Amino acid sequence: MDGRFQLIVVDNLVIRFGRVEAVSGVSFAVARGTAWGIVGESGSGKSTVLRALAGLNENWSGRMLLDGEELPRRRTRAFFRRVQMVFQDPYGSLHPRQTIDRALAEPLVAQGIGGADAAIPRALDEVALPQAVRFRYPHQLSGGQRQRVAIARALITSPEVLLLDEPTSALDVSVQAEVLNLLSDLQRERNLTYIMVSHNLAVVAHLCPMIAVMQGGRVVETLSAEALRAGRTTHPHTAELRALSTELEEP
Amino acid sequence: MKVEIANLSIAFPSPRGPSLAVRGVSLTVGSEKLGIVGESGSGKSLTARSLLKLLPPEARVRADRLAFDGIDILQATERQMRSIRGKRAGLIMQDPKFSLNPVMTAGEQIAESWRLHRKTSKREAREAALDLLAQVQIRDPARVADAYPHELSGGMGQRVMIAMMMAPDPELLIADEPTSALDATVQAEILRLMEDLVSRRGMSLILISHDLPLVSHFCDRVVVMYAGRVVEELNAAGLARAEHPYTRGLLACLPTLSHPQARLTTLTRDPAWMDGSN
Ligand SMILES: Nc1ncnc2c1ncn2[C@@H]1O[C@H](COP(=O)(O)OP(=O)(O)OP(=O)(O)O)[C@@H](O)[C@H]1O
Ligand SMILES: Nc1ncnc2c1ncn2[C@@H]1O[C@H](COP(=O)(O)OP(=O)(O)OP(=O)(O)O)[C@@H](O)[C@H]1O
Ligand SMILES: [Mg+2]
Ligand SMILES: [Mg+2]
Repeated sequence: MDGRFQLIVVDNLVIRFGRVEAVSGVSFAVARGTAWGIVGESGSGKSTVLRALAGLNENWSGRMLLDGEELPRRRTRAFFRRVQMVFQDPYGSLHPRQTIDRALAEPLVAQGIGGADAAIPRALDEVALPQAVRFRYPHQLSGGQRQRVAIARALITSPEVLLLDEPTSALDVSVQAEVLNLLSDLQRERNLTYIMVSHNLAVVAHLCPMIAVMQGGRVVETLSAEALRAGRTTHPHTAELRALSTELEEP
Repeated sequence: MKVEIANLSIAFPSPRGPSLAVRGVSLTVGSEKLGIVGESGSGKSLTARSLLKLLPPEARVRADRLAFDGIDILQATERQMRSIRGKRAGLIMQDPKFSLNPVMTAGEQIAESWRLHRKTSKREAREAALDLLAQVQIRDPARVADAYPHELSGGMGQRVMIAMMMAPDPELLIADEPTSALDATVQAEILRLMEDLVSRRGMSLILISHDLPLVSHFCDRVVVMYAGRVVEELNAAGLARAEHPYTRGLLACLPTLSHPQARLTTLTRDPAWMDGSN
C-alpha cells in the first residue's frame, strides 16, 4: 500500500492477547481530511485496532503509518498532539476523583498549551454541556454527559486526527445530531481526519464516505457509504447488518 | 401492577440550593415492555435506580408512591432491598464494564448471580453461566467465562451484565441502554431473549434507550422524558405519530440509511418544555 498520499495507513496489522488473535491482518488507508468508518460484529477487533493506532497497545505486528512515517511502538509526545482518541467506555477514561475541569485541562497542560480558562468553557459549549458540569465529578453526570466530556477532551487540543470509538452511542439523537454536525464542521474548517467505529450504520454512513466491515478479527468487506445505502453489499455479514437496520427504519 | 411510581422527585444539593433532577415522574409497569426515551440528563437512569434504592447517598428522594410488587421502596430496609436486588429485580447498568467487578472473571460473576436463589453446586452454576453466555451470543463462552472485565470488548461486557441479570429469573428487569454496544445481529437475539422472558414468564421490562426505532418496534408503551419530567406517554408503535414538540423534534434528528442528509436537523429547545406549559 502506498503511504505517500494517505494520512493513515494500517498494513497487515495483527494483534494477539495470549492465545487469542483479536486482529488478524487488517489493512486500510485513510486520506487526509476524510472519515473512515469501521462497523461489524461485537468482539470483532474494532476497538483493538483503534487502540493500537492510538499507541495504547505495544503488542502488534504489521505496519502503521502516519503521514508516510512508520509509527514506532512507543509513541512520542508529538504524536499525541496530532492524534486523539475518544474511548468506547467514557467512564473508564475519566479519572473518578478528577473534576471535569481538571479532565479538560489535563491534555492542555500535558502538551504545554495555555489558555485553559477560555478553552474549557468553549469546549463544554461545543458539545452542548451546561457550564454547571465544569466542577462536577464524572459520577455526578449522566451517561451521555460523560460521553460528551470525553469528546470535548479529545477536541480541546485541536488534533489533526480523531479516533472515535462509538462516540455517540450514549447520546440522545438530538445531541447525537449536534455532535455529528460539529464533527462535519470541524472537518471542513480544520481538515480533520476521522476513524469512527459505530454499531449504528446510519451514523457511520452519515459521516464516513468509506466503511470497513469487520468480523472475527478481519475486514470482510470495504464499501462506500453509497453502496451500503443502496444495498450493494458483497459479504453476508454486511447484508445482514444492513437488513436489520433498514427493517427498524420502517415505521 | 409490578411497578408503581407516583410523583417521584429526586434532588441534589448544589451551591445554589437543591437542584431537581427528577420532577414529579409518575408511571406504572405491569407484565409488559415499557420503553423510556428522552433527553440526555433528563433523569431516566435516576428514575430507574430509585426503584432499587441505588441512588447516590447525596440524592434526596420524595414520592407519593414508589413500589415494587406492593413493597414500599422508600420505607424498605437495606435488608429487604438485598432480597430484591439482583434476585427479584435486576438492573442492567448503562456502563457495564464499570459496573462489573474488576477482580472477578465474567463466569464467576454470572455463576454467583445464578446461585443467589438456587441451591446448586459450583459446578452446576459454572455450567449455567456457560449456557447463559451462549444464549447472549458469545462465540466462545469458555474463554469469555475465564476473562476479566478489562479483557472483554464493549459489547461482551454488556452481554455479561445481561447474562448476570437474567440468571436469577427476575420478575422485573430494568435495562439501561442494554444494547448500545451491540451490533444489529446480536441485538436482535438479545431482544428475542428478553421478549421471551416477558411473554413466557410474565416478567416486567423497563427498557431505557436512545434508539427510537428500536423502542418503537420492540416495546409496548413508551414514556418520553425531558428535563426531569415525563412529557408524553404513547403506544410504542405509534411513536412516529407523537404529538409533543420535543418528541417530534427528536424523530427529526435521526440519521437514516434510506434518506441521506448533508446536515442533520437539530432541536431548538423551547423553554416552555421545562415546566410542561406546552
Ligand atoms: N486486554 C485484553 N486481553 C485479552 N483479550 C482482549 C483484550 N482486549 C480485547 N480482547 C479480546 O479481543 C477481541 C476483540 O475485542 P475488541 O474490544 O477489539 O472488539 P470490538 O470489535 O471493539 O467489540 P465491541 O463492538 O463489542 O466493542 C475480543 O475477543 C476481546 O475479548
Ligand atoms: N450524584 C449527582 N450529583 C449531582 N447531579 C447528578 C448526580 N447524578 C446525576 N445527576 C444529574 O441528574 C440528571 C439526571 O441524570 P440521569 O443519569 O438520570 O440522566 P439520564 O436521563 O439517564 O441521561 P443519559 O441519557 O445521558 O444517560 C443529570 O443532569 C445529571 O447530571
Ligand atoms: Mg469495541
Ligand atoms: Mg442514563
